[in-house]
Amino acid sequence: MKISNRKFFAGAILISALLAGGVSNYASSSPDGLEKVAEDIGFIESAKDHALSDSALADYGVSGVENERLSVGLAGLIGVAATALFSFGLFMLIRKKPAVKNR
Amino acid sequence: MHIPDGFIDIKTSAAFSAAAAIAVGGAVKGARNQLSEQSAPLAGLTAVFIFAVQMLNFPVAAGTSGHLLGAALAMVLVGPYAATLALSVVLIIQAFLFADGGLTALGLNIFNMGVVGVWASFGIFFILKKLLPKTKSSIVVASFIAALLSVPAAAAGFVLQYAIGANATFSVSTVLSAMIGTHVFIGIGEAIITALTVSAVLASRSDLVFGWDNQNTKLEIRS
Repeated sequence: MKISNRKFFAGAILISALLAGGVSNYASSSPDGLEKVAEDIGFIESAKDHALSDSALADYGVSGVENERLSVGLAGLIGVAATALFSFGLFMLIRKKPAVKNR
Repeated sequence: MHIPDGFIDIKTSAAFSAAAAIAVGGAVKGARNQLSEQSAPLAGLTAVFIFAVQMLNFPVAAGTSGHLLGAALAMVLVGPYAATLALSVVLIIQAFLFADGGLTALGLNIFNMGVVGVWASFGIFFILKKLLPKTKSSIVVASFIAALLSVPAAAAGFVLQYAIGANATFSVSTVLSAMIGTHVFIGIGEAIITALTVSAVLASRSDLVFGWDNQNTKLEIRS
């Protein structure tokens, strides 16, 4: 079952948007591996606040959006869009250019 | 496993930033030779998917969660050079837009996840691919194991950084056993997500998979 480029890319972007914009609300909020180890051993104390901890999207929420679900979902969608812009731009810039035809 | 500011001193962070910058520079060169008209968009897509799935923390043990790292997944789909770049893009977006992973720790994080995670999984994957029969199932199995081990490998990168330049004074061996112990469990989640995604892409567009394509067409060296 080989699907077309267009379907493949549209499908993958749609899945990413659904995961970041919706499913992300069901993610575990427990500390991750490093954070848990740092808490258990005690070196979590050495962590400093993030320089951008007051920014509009800090910790995957949109500041000012009261609804938690909406806030996380929106932040996820913004992240997907930002990653797409940055990564497609980068990879299109550095890919091997098709053989240049004489102008 | 995004390191916040403060865990590792500035001198060590700067040294690992330099190492990460060299690796990313090399990855740009390598990716230039590997990325075609076809695979460049897939590399972009891989970064987007990894960003999305990294938001999905899954529980691993009492009070602990983990999330996809994506190093092995990206390596199998688009090759190690583009994988290093995809992971770097994700980590930069996370640090600057979402305050996830310290700014002074960005080099440490790119080194652990984008370099150690990617190249460890590359080595493991290609050894397994040589040993296993040349089938799609073998690619899925090799992806599973490479993903499983890439997580403790990246965690070991943190322990190295801790050993060289921790601001705290807890013993390195305590940190080593806790980090590896925890991240082997997270690696199981990593392995499952990676294997499922690789099988989905193999089923729909196997021609796009670097780790599969590579065994049918001999690697060319282009200058």
